[in-house]
Amino acid sequence: MRHFLAESGTLWGNRVMGFVVAVLAGCVLAGCASCAGQPEPVEVIEDAPPPEVEPPAPVEVKPRVDDEGVPYDEDTGRPLSRVVHFDFDLAVLRPADIRVLEQHAAFLSTARDRSIAVEGHCDERGTRDYNLALGERRANAVVEFLTTSGVRQSQIADVVSYGEEQPVDVGSNEEAWAKNRRAVIVYQ
Amino acid sequence: MNIPKSPTRRWLSACVAASVIASPASGLDTIIIDQGYDDPTRIAVVPFETLDSTDAGIAEIVSFDLARSGQFDPLPRENMLSFPARAEDVFFRDWRILGIEYVVIGRLRKQPNGDLSVAYHLLDVFNERELTTRRIVGARASELRDVAHSISDDVYEHITGIRGAFSTKLLYVLAKNAGTSYATYELKLADSDGARPRTLFESTEPLLSSSWAPDGKRVAYVSFESGRPAIIIQDIATGSRSRVAEYKGLNSAPVFSPDGNRLALVLSRDGNAEIYVKDLVSGELRRITRYPSAIDTEPTWTRDGTGLIFTSDRGGRPQIYRMDLTNSMVERLTFEGDYNARPRLLPDGENLVYVHRRGSTYHIAWQNLVRDDGVRVLTATPLDESPSIAPNGRMLIYATQVGGRGILAVVSIDGRVKYRLPSAEGDVREPAWSPYMDTFSPGT
Repeated sequence: MRHFLAESGTLWGNRVMGFVVAVLAGCVLAGCASCAGQPEPVEVIEDAPPPEVEPPAPVEVKPRVDDEGVPYDEDTGRPLSRVVHFDFDLAVLRPADIRVLEQHAAFLSTARDRSIAVEGHCDERGTRDYNLALGERRANAVVEFLTTSGVRQSQIADVVSYGEEQPVDVGSNEEAWAKNRRAVIVYQ
Repeated sequence: MNIPKSPTRRWLSACVAASVIASPASGLDTIIIDQGYDDPTRIAVVPFETLDSTDAGIAEIVSFDLARSGQFDPLPRENMLSFPARAEDVFFRDWRILGIEYVVIGRLRKQPNGDLSVAYHLLDVFNERELTTRRIVGARASELRDVAHSISDDVYEHITGIRGAFSTKLLYVLAKNAGTSYATYELKLADSDGARPRTLFESTEPLLSSSWAPDGKRVAYVSFESGRPAIIIQDIATGSRSRVAEYKGLNSAPVFSPDGNRLALVLSRDGNAEIYVKDLVSGELRRITRYPSAIDTEPTWTRDGTGLIFTSDRGGRPQIYRMDLTNSMVERLTFEGDYNARPRLLPDGENLVYVHRRGSTYHIAWQNLVRDDGVRVLTATPLDESPSIAPNGRMLIYATQVGGRGILAVVSIDGRVKYRLPSAEGDVREPAWSPYMDTFSPGT
């Protein structure tokens, strides 16, 4: 339930904090030429850790990771989002999430000593046991993508579906449901 | 046992009866009756005579049991003209004037050892005769509510011809702070009216899929207590728990066979969600479904234990199927709508209840498998799930949401009686209605 801490909090809080992080990180790493025009989507921001530490400049070839061992996003200079989202009742990866998953796969392909668990989640609609199976299908969609992108099966430490049991937003509306239909990569 | 008096007792005689009864804190709160039959049977349950002049609440419990069946309209105590305790003291004319069809009278005595003895009579006012009388002896003081529910069962059966299910229990999950890092989940056991809730198991991780063994002595459920799903069987009396399934992947949807010796369950250890049957005596595990591209889940047994009815999306969308375990033949049962799931069979074996999506809302619906005359939607709230049927097949309990909170609600199979069991706190979900368990029944 680690991710609760990172993912709870108000939407507005995340948005503001995420934007600040995006601006800071973007300015430091890329110069401020293009960052302001591209605020990140909320989903990508949810897992950002508190912005207290600026990443040290990379001196060795090893990919940089944050305190939890999550690799940094080459595009944004922030830790990669560990969350991908799904359409209602589907377990099909969205094109928007592919880039992030590719970067996780690239990192794991170089860091063979690192492993992950993948959690699957659903929104509250439909029956609980069906949703447990649907959540597993979502987690497996992520695992399949990663393993066909070079990640070894031995690096997948665990696949757990929580079905609809662990929402990040307990609301009963489209916005909450969209957030809750997700798979989460947890670095071990 | 001290039965708290409800602050406002209003048994309205109209078709819509509203009433409240107090139940102990930290469980289900107050039952709210939303809908009953148009012409309920008028009955008077006279306060039982005791030597210390308190009636201990038996009449109140019986009255409320009968009221929430939707088939009875109990006379409020303040409208009674007399309080007879013996058959010879009943003046039928007094009750006829009030339009009362049946009268229940009784006496409660405390034995020197603290045990209770109760004698009661059910009288038919119009025919001026006794329908039944019974004496219950040796009940412990803590069993007063059990005695009252047993009387309700007996009265109900003598008047309607249908066995009462008031002595049954409810199993459910009380979730507090779900979706936060300080969430708790409690597996609760309560009387059929929500009273006397107690916690069978508590975890900081999700609990779900509770179901009863047919003997009413054990329950099965899914627990994430280890961080992964496992299927637990717990003995109610001793509290002892055994992990019957903790395989890689899913371990979910446990349901006991009618003989109690086997458990149908869902595992994904072979790749995806498939239904298995575990022999609880030998431990042998048998795979039932083989459909690698589909989710097969939510099994329930046919009455004779030779078949399973389950949810599968092998046709693209979740629909309900039946498999004959003797020859593995599979037949699709639902065709209306694109989401039908979590089936449960009525005791008659020919009526099926399940979750049915209509538009963007999820309701409890039923259909007759023999007549095949369509789907009837029983509920009107948008997120209804987990139907569980009373052992007499008259009512079903399900989980729904009201005001953003999970509550339990009950609807009769004909859709005409509805009541809710709101919780004082948290979200209540995953109800499972017990088998018959009247320890004071003359038959047991």
